[in-house]
Order: sequence, then C-alpha cells, then structure tokens
Amino acid sequence: MTAVADPMAASTGDTVPETVRRRRVLDQNWRELLKVGAILMVGQVFIALSGMPVSFDRRLIIDPILSLGYLSLLWLPLVVGYAVGREQALEGMMAYTKGGREVLAGAITGVLGNLGLTLLVVGITHFDIRDPLVNWSPQLLELLEFEQSVWFGALIWLGIGAATGAAGGGLHWVGARNRRTVITVIAAVSSAAVLESVITDLAQGFHIEAVANWLYAPKRGLTSPAAAVVAGATILAVNAISALRARAAHRLVSAAEASPTESGSTRGGRLSPRRLAGFALTVAAVIVLPLFLGRLTNELLANVGLFILLALGLNIIVGLAGILDLGYVAFFAVGGYSVAVLTSPGSPRFSPEMPWIGALFIAMLLAGLVGLFIGAPVIRMRGDYLAVVTLGFGEIIRILLLSDWLSGTFNGAQGIINIPGVEIFGLTTVRGFEPRSVLYLVLFFCAIAIYVSWRLENSRIGRAWMAIREDESVAEAMGVDTVSAKLMAFVTGAVLGSFSGAILSAKVGSIFPHSFAIIVSIVILVVVIFGGMGNIAGVIAGAAVLIGVLGGPNQPGLLQEFAEFKILIYGALLVWMMLQRSEGLIPSVRRARELHTDELNQDAWLRAQADEADDASNPGVLDGQGPRP
Amino acid sequence: MSPDVPATNTPASDQPASPRAEPVLELRGVNTHYGAVHILKDVDLAIYSGELVCLLGGNASGKSTTLRTILGLVTPTTGDVVLEGQVVTHQPTRERVALGVTMVPENRRLFKRLTVRENLDLGAYLRTDSDQIAADMEQIFELFPRVKERINQKSGTLSGGEQQMVAIGRALMANPRVLLMDEPSMGLAPALVQQNFELIQQIHEAGLTVFMVEQNANMALSIADRGWVLQTGRVVLDDTAENLLAHPDLQASYLGTAEQ
Repeated sequence: MTAVADPMAASTGDTVPETVRRRRVLDQNWRELLKVGAILMVGQVFIALSGMPVSFDRRLIIDPILSLGYLSLLWLPLVVGYAVGREQALEGMMAYTKGGREVLAGAITGVLGNLGLTLLVVGITHFDIRDPLVNWSPQLLELLEFEQSVWFGALIWLGIGAATGAAGGGLHWVGARNRRTVITVIAAVSSAAVLESVITDLAQGFHIEAVANWLYAPKRGLTSPAAAVVAGATILAVNAISALRARAAHRLVSAAEASPTESGSTRGGRLSPRRLAGFALTVAAVIVLPLFLGRLTNELLANVGLFILLALGLNIIVGLAGILDLGYVAFFAVGGYSVAVLTSPGSPRFSPEMPWIGALFIAMLLAGLVGLFIGAPVIRMRGDYLAVVTLGFGEIIRILLLSDWLSGTFNGAQGIINIPGVEIFGLTTVRGFEPRSVLYLVLFFCAIAIYVSWRLENSRIGRAWMAIREDESVAEAMGVDTVSAKLMAFVTGAVLGSFSGAILSAKVGSIFPHSFAIIVSIVILVVVIFGGMGNIAGVIAGAAVLIGVLGGPNQPGLLQEFAEFKILIYGALLVWMMLQRSEGLIPSVRRARELHTDELNQDAWLRAQADEADDASNPGVLDGQGPRP
Repeated sequence: MSPDVPATNTPASDQPASPRAEPVLELRGVNTHYGAVHILKDVDLAIYSGELVCLLGGNASGKSTTLRTILGLVTPTTGDVVLEGQVVTHQPTRERVALGVTMVPENRRLFKRLTVRENLDLGAYLRTDSDQIAADMEQIFELFPRVKERINQKSGTLSGGEQQMVAIGRALMANPRVLLMDEPSMGLAPALVQQNFELIQQIHEAGLTVFMVEQNANMALSIADRGWVLQTGRVVLDDTAENLLAHPDLQASYLGTAEQ
C-alpha cells in the first residue's frame, strides 16, 4: 500500500517543520477569552448555587485531599481552559505549535470564570438572598472560604482558577500522547473512587478485604497512597498498550506494503477467534461475577439490567426504525401491571394468581397489542408531531392506571401489592429480597433481548427499519411496506419493554402508577442516545454508566449524592450529546465495519506517527487528527 | 396512442414500425388530485419495451405526480395504471415494484448513513432469488466499477457522481422492467449532468426500458427516442425526440409561458 504510506510520510516528515510556528504568549484573542471566561463564570456560579458542592462535600475522591464537592468546582475551568486553546488543524493552513500561549489563555479564562466564585464569597458575606436562592447559604460560604477568612476565600479561588485553567491549557503543551495519559489517569482515579462500594464488595466476595481496606478509607474514597498507585499503574498500562498498538500498526502497514493486494481481504473477520474469545470471556464473567458480589451491588446491577432491557427495546423503535417515541414507559407499565394483576392475590377485582411465567406471556401479548394500538394512529405522523403524540400516549397509560374509573382493577394510587416472586419450574423462587437471583433473571432476559436485537438488526426487517429511518418515502418506493414495518418496530419494542416491567413487578413486590412517570421515558431515551442510537453495545454501555453511576429515575446509583441532581445531569448530558456527539458514546460498530482495513491501519499508523512526532518535541502538530469519535 | 389525446397541436406521433404486442407501462386517462387540487388531467402515456422516453415539463406541471401515480405513492381519482397488461391502479407500491417498476428518485436520495452495499441490498428488498441478486450486483459492479470500490463506505460520504451511480445501481437491483428516473439532472454540476445522461444511455443500451422525467428538455431529448410535454397536468405535446427538438412551441411550453 505505497499509495497509502507515501502521503503520510510526506505530511509527517517533510511538510510539518515548515508549517510549525510558535505564537507569542501575548498574541491572544482577547475577545474570545473574555467571552469564554464570562460563560465559565456563569457556569461556576450556577454549579455553586445548584447546591452540588455542599451536597457532595462529604463524598471524598482521594481521602484527605479532594472531595467530590470541590471536584464539582474544579472540572469546568480545566475543561474550558483546554477548550479555549483548541484549534482545528486545517489542511493547507498554517499549523501552530501549542505552548505558553495556550497555558496563558487557559489561566486567564480560569481566573475570569472563578471571579464568579470570588464575587459569590463576597456576596454571601454581605447580602442574604437565601429566599429565592436556597443554596445561598453559610455552608456554601464555609466551603468556598476553606473555613478561613473571606479574603482568603475570595483570593484563593482566583488562584485555583488560574491553576486549573492553566493546567487545561497545558494539556495542549504536553502533546497528544501525554494528554491521553493524563486524561486516562484522571478517568481511572475517579472511576476507582466512584466504584468504591463495588470493589469493596468484590473484594469481600473473593476474601481479599485487605486490598479494599488498603485502597479505600472507610466510606471516604481512595486513600492518597492508593490514588498514587492507581495513577502509576494507569500510566504504565497506557504506555504499554500504546507501544503495543504502535508496533501492531507498523507491522500491518509494512505487511500491506509487502503485498498490497492482501490488505483488502483481511477485512471483516466478524467472528475472528480473538473476538470470540473476548465474547466468551465476557459471558463467563457476567455469569460468574454475581456469585462473588454482595447484595447492594447485585441490586444495583439488576437495576442496570432492567434499564438495559428497556433501552434495547426503545433502541429498536428510535435507533433502528427512527421513530422518536417519547412515551416508551407505557410498555414498561403494561408489562408491570399485567404481571401484577395476574399474579398478586392482592389484585382487587381480577386475581387469577397465575404463575409468573404464564403471566409474562400474557404481559407480552398485551404489550404487543398496546404497541399496535399506540402505533397504528401514530405512525402516520412524522417528526415532532409523532414525538408529541407518543408523549401523550405514555401519559394516558399512567393516568388510566391512576384513574378512579379503573381503580377497581388497578387500585389507583394505592397500587397493587403482595406480588409474589418468580417461580422457575418449581426449582427455585426469585424474590426481590434476593438480589442475586433477580440479577440472574434479568441477565437471562437481557441475553434474549440482545440476541433478538442483534438478529433483527441484521435481518430483512432490520434493513427495512434502517431504510425507513434514513428516508421513508424512498424506502416505500423501494417496496418496503412502511406501515407494517413501523408497526413491527413498535410491537417488538413494546414486548422487550414488557419484560422489564414484568421483572420489576416481581422484584419489587408492589407496583404504583407513579413509577411510570414521563421522566422514565426521558431517562431511557437519554440512555439510548448516550450510548449511540442503533448500537447494541453502546446502549448497554450507556445503561451501565448512567443507571449504574447516576441511578435511574426511582433507583439509586453508585453516587447516591447525585440523587437530587440526577435530572439536571441527564438534561445537561442530553444537550451535550446532541451538540457534540450525536453518534453516541461508542460510535456504532457499523462505522468501523464500513472503513476498509487499510484505512483503519492508516489511522493507527498516523496516530503512532503523531506520538513519535510528539517525542521529537513537535507537540500538537497533528492536533485535531487524534482519536476523534 | 389513444385517439382522445387532448389538445396536442402536433400530428399524432408516427410510432416506430417495430411490432409491439403491448406497452410495458401505460397510463389510461389518469386524473390525480391532491385534496381538491386537480394535478393530472386525462393523462395517457404508453411506454414500450426497450424504449428510452422522457416526460418534459416546467415546475408544477405534474411530472413528479405522474411518477408517484405510476409507483402507487398516490392513487388516481379516475383512470388506470397498467403494468405489463395488468391493471395495478389500486395495488400498493410494493406489488408494482415486484412487477418490475422502480424509481431513481430526484436528488438521488440514498440512505446516507447506510453503506453502499446496504443501499444496493435495499434495492433488492422484495426479491428472494439470492443467487440472481448476487449476479445482478456483480453486473452493477461491471457497469460502475467505482461502486465496487466504495462498497463498504457510507453512501452519504460519496461524491455526487458516485452517489448517482449508487442510486441507479440501487434501482437496478430490483431487476426492473421499467426504470423511472425523476429529474436526473437535478442538483448536479453540469459536468456530472452530462455524465449522468451517459449513464442512462448506457443502461438503456444494455436493454432496459427507461422513463425519465426532466426539466432539461434539450439534454433529455438528445438521448430519448420519444417524449411528452406536460403542462399544468395535461399532455400538450407527444412526438419523437427529433420532432420535439425541432418544435417551435417546445421552448415556450416547457418554460410554461404558452397559454392554452
């Protein structure tokens, strides 16, 4: 593949030194800095007054040094400080080396932004406007002052702003490879801190409590030495992995150069032994790990699983068929209530006390029918109208369950209680107070849902859905029966959602209309969008991260302190995803598949070259060509 | 042509002498309404096997509605659509596609986030003869080698000319008897328009019946055998390509300035 290699060699070897210049430190775009600084100021004041710093202050990340509360005030200047020095490297245009200028720009924005906090310190001392602003409180003042004097508090934040902003800008200076390392270290340390309860739990399961005790100060985050060790281990791991990757890329490129014709044929390999092994390992881990986990973690994972089921169902409707359904909770409710009415002895009017499995089949049937019933009028509409109507249908189901009219059957706001557990062929009973068995039940249905989604995605109907998503009129002109395909999407999504509801009923043992509020639909949609629409792995990852860490609408996550701010964070995430990463957290594998292997190799090679260029003290030259989504 | 062709101010077209059993595609006295608006007025068209014919007309003359009527995306109020001797007026689109009529839509309209291969597969959506589908795809690769090069790329990332090839390829994958082309010159650079018409001629020479709807009268007539001119939903001219090109009223009526 000399054709591939040559232009690369030219761009890294020959042309780079000519285009690289370093700008003077004071050669700043002052207007831009002022603007970004002002935005940052608003952001910082908003975060402070939202109450996050005070609520999160008890949760430590690194034992005596850093609490989540202070972290909530530190991250934004860092990110903005980095963002303000960011430039797109344009082909054929002058590319500048990053350096002191970017650090100064970051520091200036950081100072400007934290000026907001300084003003807040002074403001809280002199005025009392707690009436509209609940969090305009002495606690916030104390936190901002570091329990020192007002002037100390006012000045220290300017200093912190300068430092964090400069650190953000400095990420440009250190070059692509170091930047990646720093970001990975930050991510690793914070995940290690966030995962405290899970890791402690796992350690207990494996009887290695000593490790957990050393890692974590009790309920107070990582200990400082542990944080240092995690950071060190991450650095080593990152270096080892990138060295391996670079070597692999070099090997691939030289192999391609040796025999240009072969490079195309290595494409595909969807069931390569490596992938199969990875898949088998994941499955084994998922089956074995719950045995070693404690109640709380299993409970948490069961909740994540319920949302994976919901998200996979919605993914078929929104991700594959492109029908924006904002009332998906309706199917969750139908599944939950069908099982509740059919199995509970406490169901008021109609109480057949069926076994759970029988009830599940009826619930699936009913959910499918409701899918048809909601789908039939809705699929004639497009875009915004469709979204609004589905939103309405979602609410109608909840209001019907709550209504006096049907309270004879569904017991209105009192809900249905005493729902028995799941008896599995007389072998065992799954009940809510045994989270491990619930988790296995959820995992079983997740496996079904994943298999069904995967098969559907690669089937004829899956192709029809994608065609409808892309261009409905043309799909129709190609002979796709759009009406029945869209109804199929609704029905399939509804049935998958009903699984989740059915398990929820048996898990919780009681069910109430308020569990099916509109926010549930929104959260499921955020999970689907966050993970990447139409992408099974992404949807699962999205559910694990969002529901696992933040928690579902009625379920606690790992960071229970976030409970009050969950909806705010979901909203902010949704906006950010739509603006920056509409492809989702994990861009669809389809994207990787569509690229030729040699293009992938080229990317890897380019990255390795960029790293080498960094080492040769040409930092930031290829900025903007790094790993982007 | 049927004797009741309305208001043509040219003599009835002298049709080529070749023996023709039956038109592949025929519109018989079709009237189509959008709500209360009368779009197509007594339109009669007949397309015979192996022809390259075009329907000309300005904006809002009813060209696209004619195609939509043929495909069944809209149902005519009166009159019939006849495919291979079979009246399909009330059949859904998919059955007409199965009978052998496919459209290359205006502006190509590929499924942009799907790969080229997926686009082609969707063209063959209604077919079940997987061996023949694979063979047809090979034929499309022979016709357009560029398509094969791009087969795993997202179709939205292709250049305009390549997208046009994929759009035609996608339609050919349905193994049509008649290929409908909606405004093949729309939204393309002049050089690409030329290339596009060459593509159409190429597939026509490969034996396919093509019915194209076009605003660019000179371009279309330079490759077509016969043509009609549609004006405010009525067929006003019906003749061979040479006669139409030579017709004094053509430019005027095509521009929509000739009053009836």
